[in-house]
Amino acid sequence: MADAHAALTRLQFRDPERAAALVRALRRVTAEVRREPVAIMHVCGSHEQAIARFGLRAVFPRALDVIMGPGCPVCITDLPEVDEAVALARQGIRLATYADMLKVRGSALSLADVQAEGARIDVVYSITQAVALARETPSEPLVFFATGFETTAVATAAVILGDPPPNFSVLSAHKYIPPVMEIVSEMPDTRVEGFLAAGHAATITGWGIYEDFVARHRKPVVVAGFEPLDILAGLVRLVELVRDAAPEVANMYPRCVTKEGNLQAQQQLWRVFRPIGGRWRGIAHVPNGNLRLRDEWAGVDARRRFEIDVASLWDTAPPALVQQCICGDIMAGIASPRDCALFGRECLPDSAVGACMVSSEGTCRIWHQYGGHPDLAALPADPYARRA
Amino acid sequence: MSHTSLEERIALKHGAGGRAMRALIEQVLLDGIAPGSWIGADAMDDGAAIRVGEQWLVVTTDSHVVQPAFFPGGDIGRLAVCGTVNDLAMMGATEPLGLTCAMVLEEGFPRESLLTIHASMRQACAEAGTTIVTGDTKVMGRGEVDGIVVNTTGVALTPAIVRDAGLQPGDRIIVTGTIGDHGLAVTAARHKLGIEGTLQSDVAPINGLVRAAIAAAAAGGITAMKDPTRGGLASALHEMAAKSRVGIVLEERAIPMSDAVRGAAELLGIDPLHVANEGKAVIGVRAGEADAVLRALRGHALGRDAAIVGTCVAERPGLLVLDTGFGRRLVAEPEGEPLPRIC
Repeated sequence: MADAHAALTRLQFRDPERAAALVRALRRVTAEVRREPVAIMHVCGSHEQAIARFGLRAVFPRALDVIMGPGCPVCITDLPEVDEAVALARQGIRLATYADMLKVRGSALSLADVQAEGARIDVVYSITQAVALARETPSEPLVFFATGFETTAVATAAVILGDPPPNFSVLSAHKYIPPVMEIVSEMPDTRVEGFLAAGHAATITGWGIYEDFVARHRKPVVVAGFEPLDILAGLVRLVELVRDAAPEVANMYPRCVTKEGNLQAQQQLWRVFRPIGGRWRGIAHVPNGNLRLRDEWAGVDARRRFEIDVASLWDTAPPALVQQCICGDIMAGIASPRDCALFGRECLPDSAVGACMVSSEGTCRIWHQYGGHPDLAALPADPYARRA
Repeated sequence: MSHTSLEERIALKHGAGGRAMRALIEQVLLDGIAPGSWIGADAMDDGAAIRVGEQWLVVTTDSHVVQPAFFPGGDIGRLAVCGTVNDLAMMGATEPLGLTCAMVLEEGFPRESLLTIHASMRQACAEAGTTIVTGDTKVMGRGEVDGIVVNTTGVALTPAIVRDAGLQPGDRIIVTGTIGDHGLAVTAARHKLGIEGTLQSDVAPINGLVRAAIAAAAAGGITAMKDPTRGGLASALHEMAAKSRVGIVLEERAIPMSDAVRGAAELLGIDPLHVANEGKAVIGVRAGEADAVLRALRGHALGRDAAIVGTCVAERPGLLVLDTGFGRRLVAEPEGEPLPRIC
């Protein structure tokens, strides 16, 4: 078993010795910036998951602030979109969606609320499962509530291009990440000096897409993967670029990401979707941040096939606690879960107030699950205290 | 400490071994039970202990529902015997005098299945060196119960009790073998995930193994024991840390885990520290006794993979700190079953 474990560590970029060397490098480079804190942002729930799961926050230099931005697709799905799904389900239309979407509240109700009232909602792991459900009951309409960034939007596009059954349609709440980085960079309160970009999204878009952004905002972008070594190496490179005041794009995930990306996937994505402006929960109106179906796909577009009666929800008042939720500021990187009066008290995974506590990719949920940003360095036998 | 208030109705999470279940027991079921000179329900240990002359009479009871009733590595019958034998052993009572067995069957339950379950109960009793001394059977209408429910109660005498609250700073934490096997085997079988092949439940009576550990340690050398069933290793250690008022630093890479469990957990996004084990113990030992206890465990067929996985500290009482080899983080107390009903 020890051998197999050793093999696994090698394969999965999980070599603690190399990690220790990278942590030392990160501490050195951060100190060389000569002002603190240095604030950088990642825009991906999977990055936060890995950072938390491997306990990396406990070894990041104190002067380095690694902020999770709007990287949780469930969390940024905004009230009007959840309301559309809730209204459709209440109108008696059968819905399929990802489990995390069930508990996210719209202006007043969540899909779980209307499911308890008797609405029919199937939880699926992928859009292909939803298509299979639709094929099983050809006489009954089925709407897939599609959420997620360009990575999942590509899967939705492939299904739409693949001739789905006539009773199947899509309610798209897909989002496109690059424009929101512009919004965050332009926020007056922002402290963000550089971005760690999500490796899996870049496998599709290619890293070249960030060149214009870097030129406009003079802030470096580093594309990084999701193993501990990927993240640490990405951070070292990013802080080096901040230190050198060098606004460049660096690809630290070359085993998966090219400059052009996956051209076929991009072609499918833009054949099916067009970007339009729209609100992201807690952030703002994001120009070109929402992906909607193009006119030629009206036949699979739930917004055009059904009369969605969102106004029917306007009589229901949201729970009082929702007023105190600061998910929006957390996703914008202005606040952290520690700043929230509800975090870990009224707001817990099994009684979530805000979207960030609902999703397994939400900042609050991850911080709750893995202990957030604990100061554990003071405990005896800190391995890095010895090695540093 | 707990901010959970009980809802109007019982939910699945109230049986999952985590925070919600503790709240239910504390707020409802313990109401009106006064602490006595015995170790009773208020201690929320694995069983109760009543003074009888120079000895302690240890009593424990457990109802078993598992979906599916037959899973790779065992069935509900083996589970029902092992669960109770192991709960007695966790109190230091490793020689069960006898078990009772009450069954609730659903109308239409196949006779063949019942025969198989009964045979595996007898087999597990033989392995544990005990027998079923009395029982009760009820049949309920179709749909009124899900197949079969098995309750077992066990009694045993012991000269010395081991609690789950005796950890002190400096103590070492030992687990007696690989973690996560039962929970992931049952989860994979229940959801027909197609990865069942290599996953096997660890369900086994470990009273003999625990007896070997106790015999190897000096008096008082074993400071706490618990079986990491529902809620897994994380839940067991949280409870031990909270009751003992110590912090526990776990070394993630020292925790024994099969490659099958590691792979399945990563695939399913389930934390293996949060899933049930049915043939393992977590043992707190004085630092000076750790090597002797570890040797004794590894000399037993059910303890070959035993390992020292952590150390108790005075800092951060009640908290579980995981050293991942890359950094450190806290381990949360499980909120509820990752997927319901596995033991």
